[in-house]
Amino acid sequence: MLFKKYPTQKHFDEMFDNEHNCRPSYSGFKKGLEKFSDKKLLQLQYSTDKAQKSMGMTFNVYHDSEGIEKILHLDLVPRIISNSEWHIIEQGLQQRIEAINLFINDIYHDQKVLKDKIVPAEMILSSSDFLEPCIGLDPPKGIWCHITGSDIVRDDNGQFYILEDNLRCPSGVSYLLENREIIKQAFPKLFASLGVRPVAEYPSMLLNMLQYMSPGENSTVAVLTPGIYNSAYFEHSYLAQQMGTELVTGQDLIVDNKKVYMQTTKGLERVDSIYRRIDDKFLDPLAFNPESMLGVPGLFEAYKAGNVALANAPGTGVADDKAVYAYIPRIIKYYLDQDPIIENVPTYICSEKDDLTYVLENIADLVVKETNAAGGYGMLIGPKATKAEHEKFKKLVKDNPRNYIAQPTLSLSTVPTLTDEGFAPRHVDLRPYVLYGETIEVVPGALTRVALVKDSLVVNSSQGGGSKDTWVLFD
Amino acid sequence: MLSRVADSLFWLGRYTERAENYARFIDVNFNLSLDLPPGIKEQWEPLVSATGDKNRFSELFNTNYSRENAIFFLAFDRRNSNAIISTVRYARENARIVRENIPRETWEVLNDLYYYVEEACKKKIWKKEDPKDCFKKIKSQLQLLNGIAIDNVPRTQGWHFSKLGQYLERADKTSRILDVKYHFLLPSVDDVGSPLDFLHWIALLKSVSGFNAYRRMYGKIQPSSIVNYLVLNRYFPRSILFCLINVESCLHEISGSGPGYSNQAEKAIGNLRADIEFADVNDIFEIGLHEYLDELQQRLNSISDYIYDQYFKIQSNFTQEF
Repeated sequence: MLFKKYPTQKHFDEMFDNEHNCRPSYSGFKKGLEKFSDKKLLQLQYSTDKAQKSMGMTFNVYHDSEGIEKILHLDLVPRIISNSEWHIIEQGLQQRIEAINLFINDIYHDQKVLKDKIVPAEMILSSSDFLEPCIGLDPPKGIWCHITGSDIVRDDNGQFYILEDNLRCPSGVSYLLENREIIKQAFPKLFASLGVRPVAEYPSMLLNMLQYMSPGENSTVAVLTPGIYNSAYFEHSYLAQQMGTELVTGQDLIVDNKKVYMQTTKGLERVDSIYRRIDDKFLDPLAFNPESMLGVPGLFEAYKAGNVALANAPGTGVADDKAVYAYIPRIIKYYLDQDPIIENVPTYICSEKDDLTYVLENIADLVVKETNAAGGYGMLIGPKATKAEHEKFKKLVKDNPRNYIAQPTLSLSTVPTLTDEGFAPRHVDLRPYVLYGETIEVVPGALTRVALVKDSLVVNSSQGGGSKDTWVLFD
Repeated sequence: MLSRVADSLFWLGRYTERAENYARFIDVNFNLSLDLPPGIKEQWEPLVSATGDKNRFSELFNTNYSRENAIFFLAFDRRNSNAIISTVRYARENARIVRENIPRETWEVLNDLYYYVEEACKKKIWKKEDPKDCFKKIKSQLQLLNGIAIDNVPRTQGWHFSKLGQYLERADKTSRILDVKYHFLLPSVDDVGSPLDFLHWIALLKSVSGFNAYRRMYGKIQPSSIVNYLVLNRYFPRSILFCLINVESCLHEISGSGPGYSNQAEKAIGNLRADIEFADVNDIFEIGLHEYLDELQQRLNSISDYIYDQYFKIQSNFTQEF
């Protein structure tokens, strides 16, 4: 009965096909859920909120003595992924991360990819994320992007696309882990009966990876946080606790003779591998931003000397950029000689003739982005813009095609979500987490972010987004 | 253990103990008011004086020691950094800093307590006719924290740092609760030894949960026995000597040193513990109870400073040269 009023729609719905038949991956769940009354579900939703608050799964909205702490709303209905679908995601991400790592290494060494004109050289060399101090640097085991959280979306046909590669300290994995604990408690029997792949091993996988990175014989790991006022502090302390490592701030670390030490009650203790949750430019005031009070003076020298591992490696951000994104399918082809298993959202590179023609003819249907501008600036959302704005952008693009890319407006798939009017479709994306250590591993689960506002496509927590647990099935 | 983490665990111990003791302070007057003979008014000024925040109080409320003002000031006034609402918040912030070092339940109970106190503040509990239950709940949540710790925390450095903070704080607060008696005014000198005088003493004993145990030991309510019990008794967990013995043993557990001392903090606590251990109640009355407690509080403060220098102070990594 619960889903009787659930509408069929043109978007891809993860639970129902467009004839309102339940998809096989959800059939067990649906059967189990139908035993619950509406009232019981509302109660469960209430205790879910309460559990999150109790655990302190909060982020700060602003910081003063009465700073407001908010929880990221967790919806009861999980996003369920069949094993065969997961297989595609897993392989696609492994392939992509392997190629991106080769790309970053090349950029800081021979720059073959630039010389072969696969990627325009000036685009990389002028990027503010291209860190000159990293040129010639060999990170431990040759790995740059240890931890990635790529955003994946699904279009109306159910096809997966990579929307973004988050290569700099992606957050959210603690929600993946804690959401699972909470939802498991909300539906204990149902959960047990469905055969969901566990995610609890993530912290040990992370720890193994960080220890594998350690340059020397010892492998003392620490998590480096900007501190308790950082909005992801909950996650930093959570991961440190789950791994059984120290959580350090910049002031706890000291560099002496190019070695990194923690200041303990018994003197200095050597640190070998650091999962840093501080941005590149704040890591070390001597090497990068001299104004940074968060970082550790001398850390980069110690890193260059090979005395400490940093995950992710400084300089990784160069591959995480709107303009570079457009080239990733070619980067995969170039380094691995393979076609991408998961495609990019179609992206038109205006510096290429055919793409430029297409963009100019179809500008009203496209989102046009300036490649070297940050979030939201220099952007045209075609369907929402006026004729005059279309013309203005056409001219801008024509005058300087290198500065622009364009993408079709995106559609996202939906999942039933508990609202005031019962279950209703809400748009979601998917953020799986990839660890690159001895092997490249994708933890079988993800953070599913959901836009709680009807028809909204904005899943960000700061703008009315919530989250869902993500169940990857065994069979 | 990281110095910063040790520092936070120490203060987590101190702030939770402080919050509990403030709930106990307020309890003194609730206990009293039930028994006060007609015509005798509740006195709130002595409680504020004993906390040492009298100046802060008068800045905010002049000399208006109404019950409402006093309860608000001691429990819910964010402008008072020692009020329960402040210390619970600081305790929670410290727990947040060291979350990875403490049991999950500790964090959850403290976090719930934080929301409870915030909620009580929103409901303006100090204006209620009988806010006793609220303080009872605060106290029992804090006791729950102690219970969780006893059964869950391994007895490694972290444990000793938080116990160190807790016992140091408790020694100070027991001395202050006792000092309330000095500030309580009796209607006239003739009232020394009167039923009202006894009521004051009983209220103090009750607020440190020591009334029954005291009764079993001494039977009669006598000021010298009560002082004996709350300062010099070796077995009562809230007596000053008991606290100091524990402070000393925590310090030795942390440093791993044997008898004697291996740093300034151990030296100072050893001296103080010996002074109290070898004092009798007459020595205290000779100096004067209030003066005696005052000096004790100062010595506790300097021990706290020594601990900071020994274990928590960290070198600024920005002053190094490369």
